Amino acid sequence: MPKRTDIKSILLIGSGPIVIGQACEFDYSGTQAIKALKQEGYKVILVNSNPATIMTDPEFADRTYIEPITADFVEEIIRIERPDAVLPTMGGQTALNTALELEERGVFEKYGCQLIGANVESIKTAEDRDLFRKAMDEIGLESARSMLATSMPDAEEAAKVLGYPLVLRPSRTLGGTGGGIVYAADELHRKVAIALSASPNHEVLIEESLLGWKEIELEVMRDLKDNVVIVCGIENFDPMGVHTGDSITVAPIQTLTDKEYQLLRDAAIKVMRRIGVDTGGSNVQFALNPKDGRIIVIEMNPRVSRSSALASKATGFPIAKIAAKLAVGYTLDEISNDITKETPACFEPSIDYVVVKIPRFNFEKFPAADHSLGTQMKSVGEVLSFGRTFQEALQKAMCSMEMDTYGFDRDKLTKDLGKQELLEATKKAAPQRLWLVGEALRAGFSVRDLYHATAIDPWFLGQIDELIQTEESLKGRSIESLDSESLREIKSLGFSDRRLAQLLDVKEAAVRDYRKKLNVRSSFKSVDTCAAEFVAHTPYLYSTYDAGSDAPPTDRKKIIILGAGPNRIGQGIEFDYCCVHAAMALKEDGFETIMVNCNPETVSTDYDTSDRLYFEPLTVESVMSIVEREKPVGVIVQFGGQTPLRISAELAALGVPVIGTSVESIDVAEDRERFSALIQKLGLKQPKYATARSADEALLAARKVGFPLMIRPSFVLGGRAMRVIYTEDEVRSYMHEGVEVSHDRPVLLDRFLDSAIEVDVDAVSDGEQVLIAGVMEHIEPAGIHSGDSSCCLPPQTLSQKVVEELKRQAKILAKELDVVGLMNIQFAVTQAEEIFILEVNPRASRTVPFVSKATGIPWAKVASRVMAGKKLREIGVHEVEPVGYVSVKASVFPFSKFPGVDTVLGPEMKSTGEVMGIHANFGGAFAKSQFASSTKLPSEGKVFLSIRDGDKASLPAIVKRLSGLGFGVVATKGSADFLSQHGITVEVVNKVRDGSPHIVDMLGTGAVSLVINTPEGWQPVMDSKSIRIVANELRIPTYTTIAAGRAVVEALGMVKDGSYLSVRALQDYLSPAVVEPQKKAATP
Amino acid sequence: MKIEKTQQQSIEARGETGYFALADGKVFKGRCFGALRGASNPVTGEAVFNTSMYGYQEILTDPSYAGQIMCFTYPHIGNVGCNEEDVESSRIYTEGLVVRVAHKEPSNFRSTVSLQSYLAKSNVMGLEGIDTRQIVAHLRDNGAQMAVMAGGEGVDPQQLVAQAKDLGSMEGKDYVKHVACKEIYTWDKLPWSLSGGNSRKLSQEQLVSRPHVVAIDCGVKTNILRLLVDVGFRVTVVPAGTTSSEIMALRPDGVFLSNGPGDPATLGYVVKPVQEMLGKVPMFGICLGHQILGQALGGKTYKLKFGHRGGNHPVRDETTGKVEITVQNHGFAVHKDSLPKNVFISHLNLNDMTVEGLESKEARAFSVQYHPESSPGPHDSRYLFKRFHDLVMGGAR
Repeated sequence: MPKRTDIKSILLIGSGPIVIGQACEFDYSGTQAIKALKQEGYKVILVNSNPATIMTDPEFADRTYIEPITADFVEEIIRIERPDAVLPTMGGQTALNTALELEERGVFEKYGCQLIGANVESIKTAEDRDLFRKAMDEIGLESARSMLATSMPDAEEAAKVLGYPLVLRPSRTLGGTGGGIVYAADELHRKVAIALSASPNHEVLIEESLLGWKEIELEVMRDLKDNVVIVCGIENFDPMGVHTGDSITVAPIQTLTDKEYQLLRDAAIKVMRRIGVDTGGSNVQFALNPKDGRIIVIEMNPRVSRSSALASKATGFPIAKIAAKLAVGYTLDEISNDITKETPACFEPSIDYVVVKIPRFNFEKFPAADHSLGTQMKSVGEVLSFGRTFQEALQKAMCSMEMDTYGFDRDKLTKDLGKQELLEATKKAAPQRLWLVGEALRAGFSVRDLYHATAIDPWFLGQIDELIQTEESLKGRSIESLDSESLREIKSLGFSDRRLAQLLDVKEAAVRDYRKKLNVRSSFKSVDTCAAEFVAHTPYLYSTYDAGSDAPPTDRKKIIILGAGPNRIGQGIEFDYCCVHAAMALKEDGFETIMVNCNPETVSTDYDTSDRLYFEPLTVESVMSIVEREKPVGVIVQFGGQTPLRISAELAALGVPVIGTSVESIDVAEDRERFSALIQKLGLKQPKYATARSADEALLAARKVGFPLMIRPSFVLGGRAMRVIYTEDEVRSYMHEGVEVSHDRPVLLDRFLDSAIEVDVDAVSDGEQVLIAGVMEHIEPAGIHSGDSSCCLPPQTLSQKVVEELKRQAKILAKELDVVGLMNIQFAVTQAEEIFILEVNPRASRTVPFVSKATGIPWAKVASRVMAGKKLREIGVHEVEPVGYVSVKASVFPFSKFPGVDTVLGPEMKSTGEVMGIHANFGGAFAKSQFASSTKLPSEGKVFLSIRDGDKASLPAIVKRLSGLGFGVVATKGSADFLSQHGITVEVVNKVRDGSPHIVDMLGTGAVSLVINTPEGWQPVMDSKSIRIVANELRIPTYTTIAAGRAVVEALGMVKDGSYLSVRALQDYLSPAVVEPQKKAATP
Repeated sequence: MKIEKTQQQSIEARGETGYFALADGKVFKGRCFGALRGASNPVTGEAVFNTSMYGYQEILTDPSYAGQIMCFTYPHIGNVGCNEEDVESSRIYTEGLVVRVAHKEPSNFRSTVSLQSYLAKSNVMGLEGIDTRQIVAHLRDNGAQMAVMAGGEGVDPQQLVAQAKDLGSMEGKDYVKHVACKEIYTWDKLPWSLSGGNSRKLSQEQLVSRPHVVAIDCGVKTNILRLLVDVGFRVTVVPAGTTSSEIMALRPDGVFLSNGPGDPATLGYVVKPVQEMLGKVPMFGICLGHQILGQALGGKTYKLKFGHRGGNHPVRDETTGKVEITVQNHGFAVHKDSLPKNVFISHLNLNDMTVEGLESKEARAFSVQYHPESSPGPHDSRYLFKRFHDLVMGGAR
C-alpha cells in the first residue's frame, strides 16, 4: 500500500527526560521516526521536554515544542497545531500514557486527530495486566497464574492462593517502578503498598514466581497487510526474576532448538495479532521452563522499546524508522533494506556474530539503596558489544563498561570470601554477579554447581568456564611462549591486551607490541542484516580476530569521533548529542566521519549518523586498531565526556592526531597545581584548597582551608564521593568510610563558598577568537553539583557588570589554555559580587545542548568545525542573547526507584537526566521545568517549611507570597519562631525527634502538598532525612535549597493563575525577530 | 534405499588440522571434529552456505543436502546438541560441515547427544575454527562450486583443490537416485509437539477414510509427510521413478512431488510420469517437486549463482499480496520466461524476484520453490498444505 495521503501533519510524542527505564533509546527512535516521516513529506510536530536530544534540534521536526509531556501541555499543542495524526509509539511509556490520557479526555475526538501506530484498545489490552491475561487465554497462550489487587485485602487473598514467592507488577509504570518480589509474608504489606502507590491507576498484578526460568524476548514488526517479521530474538543471560533492562542479554538466542524457537515465534505473532498492533514494532517477552520447555507469556510492549533499540543495533534493522513508515501506511515489502539496498525490509535478519548487552549501574551514588536486582529496573545505562562468538562479545562488553574492568579481573572483589561464601554470593542477582561467577569457576566450582546456584544456563556458564580455564593456563607463562597462531586464538576469545598483560605479568604495551610484531591484528566485519548473503553498502563494523575483513577503508580525509560509552550518572545523552553534531557538521564540511561508540541506546550508534560506525569499546586497544586501519587526519576526544578524555593522553602519546584543544591544555586544567598557577598569572581567584594523602594530612589541610569545605577524591566523574563538610569530625569519618586514598590518588579539599551563586559559562574558541555560547545562572547555590542544579539562561539575578566580568574571565582563560573547541567554566559569585573560578573544563560540557537550544546556535557543530581547522569568522557565527523568554534547565532524579534514599542534593551528582522549560518569564519557565520532570506542582494545600538559620532571612517573603496564593504554611518550631518575630503566624509541627504527631505523620495524612527543607551540616541532614524519604515515596514535591524554594514559590504563582500553560514552538522562539545577533558580541 | 557409502569404521576427530578446499583454489584451514576423514577418504561435495541461525540438526538430516558440504553462517553450532526428534530423515545427508565454533557441551532439555558424537557415529566430518563469513562472501561473489575436505596426517591442501576441480559441477548430477526410497511405504506420523514429541501417529482406522495422497519421494523431508497427515491425508510414499500407471493404480486423490537433491534437469524419469498425470489428479510440489512440476508444465530450470539457503527469505503470494518469511534450500530455479502463458507465477522471491511458486488451474497443480513444511524455520507458509487439501477435496481456493 502506498503511504497515506489523508494525513498531512503528525504529532510525535517524545519520552521526556532520561530516567531509569527510559533513556536515550527514545531519542534514537524518535529521531529516526522524524527523519523518515519528513522524508515522506509529512509535516512533523514534536513535543519533548528533553533539550539534550537530537530530535529536539530545530532542524529536525517542522515544529518543535520543548514543553512538558503531560496531557495538559500536549492538548494545548494539539489545539494550536491541529495535527491530523498523533504517533505515540516512539516515546516509550511516557508517550503511551499521555496518549491514553488524551484519549480519555476526548482530546483526539475534539480536535479531529487520530492515533497512528497503535490504537487505544490495543494499548489498553497490552498495558492492563488483567485484560492482557484474558487476551492470552483467548489465543491459547499461558500466562503466569496471577491475581489483580487494588487493595491490601486483595493482596492477602492472592498470597493465599498463589503462595510465596510472589511477583508484584504495578500497572502502567516505567521500568517496573514499584514492583518487586515478595519472598515471605512479613514483606507483603510494605511491598504491596509501594507497588500500589507507584501505579497511576492504583493496581498491581500479583503473580506466581517464575524465578529461575529462561527469559526470552522477541522483537516483532507488523504492517497493515498483516505481514509480520521477527527482527531479533534475545536471550537473557540472567534468568527470570531480574528485569530485562537489568539483565545481561544475548542475541541471537543460544540455547533453544529451532522447534522451540518456532513455538516462541508463532506465539509472538499470535500475541501481536490478538493485541491488535496494526503497524509498527513491538516486543514480546516470554519465560521458558528450562526443564520442559513450557512457555509463558510475560508481557508485550505495543511500541518501540529499549529492546527494539538493542535489536536494531544488534541486527542493522532500523525498527523505529520502519515502524514510522508502516504507521503512515507503507507495507514491509515496499520499504527497502538500507544496508543491502537491493533487498526489502520484509525479512528476518540473519546474523553471523553474537551481541552481548551488559547493563551499567550506579549504586555507588546511592549507598542506602537496595543493590539487589529484581523486577524493578535499576540500571542507568548499558553497553553492547559484538563478537564472532559469545566469548568474544562478552569480554568486549566487559571492556566497554568503563569500570576499570578488562575481563574476569575482579579477583579483588572476592579475595576475602571463603569458597562457600563465594558460591553463596553468586546466588544473589547483583551487578557484579558475572564477575563472581567467573571467580567461583576459578575457585573450582563446576558449571553444574553454578547452575544450581544461579539458574544461569549451563551453556553460558560453560563458555565462561572455558575463558577462566584459558586464563589459568596462561598464568606463569612468558609472552614469548605464545606463537602467532595461539595468540590469535586467544585474542579471538575476546581477551583484551590489558587482561593478557595482567595474566602474563607484563605491561599492556608489551602485549600490544608483541601482537603487532607477530602481525596478530584485529579484523573488521560488517553488521549487515544478512550474514554476508548480500553485499552490504553501509560500513557498520565491529572488530574480531577472524581472518577476513569487510569494508576496506577509503582514501578520503577522515575524522574519528570518540563517543561517550555507556550512560551513567554524570555522563549521559548530552555528550552523545555533541558527538552526533560533530558527525553532522564534519560530514557537511566534506570529511568522512567515523564514529566509535558502544552504547546501543544512542543516535551516535545509528548507522546513518556518520559515514562509518565502529561499534567498539572505547579503550586504547580498540581505538588504536581503528586509527591504524583508518589513518584519520584527526580524532576528536572532546565530545564524549570523560570516556575519551581518560584515554586521550595515552592516545596522543601513541601518535594519534588528537584535534582541538591539546591534551596538554586539558592536563593543565585538571592538574590543581598547574591550574592554580595559571589562575594566579591571570590575576583571577579560586577558592582556597589543599591536597591530602592520608587521614592526618586531611585534618591539617581542612584547618588550612577552613570550614565549610568540599572534599572529594582526585579523580571523579559526576562528583562521586564528594561531600560538603562542616566539622573536623566529619573530616575524620569521611576519610575512614568515604574513599580510598593513596599517594597516587589523594583527596582534595576546597573551601566551600556558602550561599554563593554558581554560574556555568560555555564558550567556543578557535585559538584566536572566543565566543561566549551562554551564561547560565544556577538556581541552587554553589555546592550542589552543577549537573544536579537547575539553571536559567539568561541569568536572572546577576548584574550586567558581573555577567560582563564572567565573560571577560572566560575569554582570557580560553586564550591562556589555547582552547580550540568548546570550554566550560564554573564560577561562584558571592553576595559581595566576588568571582571565584571553581572549575575549567576545556571540552564539551553537559550544558552544551541546553545552551544550543536556548540560543538557537548549534555550538557543538561550530566547535567541531573549529577543531577541524575553520575559524569562527569563516563560519560566521555570533554570540546571541535570547530576548523575550527565559529558559530553565532542571534535573531529574531517580529517587523514586530507590525507596529509602535521601533526596537531599549535594556535591555528589545524582540526577539521570534533564528537562527544559521555556516561557516568557522565569516563574513560568521554572514551573514548566517542574512539570516536565514529573513534579506536579500543587495549586492548593499546605506547604511545609523547615529552613536552616543561614536561609531564614528569605522566609518572610516566601511565606507572605504563599499565603497570598492561598497556601497554608506549616513550619518546624525554629522556622515558626523566626516567622513570629516578623509578625507572621504559621502552624507549628513537631520535628520527628520531638515525637508524634510529627511532620512525617502529617505527610502521611496527605495534608502537605509541598516541602521546602534546607538542612545544614551532617546532623540536621540526618535528622530531617525521614521527611524527604517519606515525601519522595508519596511523591510530594520537595526542595532542599532556599533558592529552589524561592523559585518554586514564584512558579506556584504561575500555576495558580494558569499562565504557565502556554506553549510555543522552538522555531518561533528562535525566529530572527526574537533573536537579534548582538553586534558588539563578536569580540576580536 | 540408503546411499551405498562404505560403512567403514568411523574414527572420531580430535581437533586435527583439516582443510576445506574450493575448486577455484581457495583453501581454508580449520580443526576437525565429528568423524576424521583423511586424504584417502576425503569429503566431497558442492560448497554451500545456509543462513539459518537455528535448526542445524534438521538441516544435516535433510536429504536435499546430499552431495553438499554445508557452511553454517551462524558461528555457534552444537549449542543445543542433537536429539532423536529433530530429524528430517533417518540419517545425516550433508556430506560435511564447516563452522566457526562447534560446541561439545550441549545445553537443552531435549538434547541427548553432542553434535560431535552425532557426526562421528555417522562418519561425517566437520571443520571448525574457520572464518565462515569469508567463505560466504567468497561463494556469494564467485558462485557455487565444488569442494573437498579432509584432515589429519598427510593431507595436502593443493591436492584437495585438484580433486575439487575434478568434481566438475552440480549441474548434470542426479542425486535423487541415491536418496529416494526403493520401496513403497505408508506414513502415519503426526508433527512434533512439545508435549507429544515426534511419535504421535494415527491408526489405520483413523486414516482409512481420508483422501489419499501419493508422495513421490525424491528425498522427502519427513516433516512434509507429517504435515500431509496433519492436514487430513492418508499418505503413501513411492520411489522416484515410479511410473504414472503404477501411481494411478494406487488410486490417489492427490499426488505430492517431494523435495530432493541435485540437478532437476537430470530427472526426466520423474518429470515424465508427472506430465502424464497432469490434469488427472491434483498435484502439489515442494522445492525439487516444484522444479519437476515446472518442467512437466513445459518450463526449464537453471542453476542460480549461489542458491537460496536459509530461513529468512521474503516471498510474496501474488494472489493475496501477503509476504511470508520462508525457508529455502535450492541451487536451481525455474526460469520465469520458460513457462507457458497458462501457468501462473503465484509466488515471487522479493530478494531477487525469482520464481517461488507456480500454479496451473487447468491441471489442478501448484508448487512452491521454498519449504512450507519449515523444519527448521518459520511456519508462515504452512497454509499451503491446507490449500492442497482444499484442492484435493475440490473446495474453492
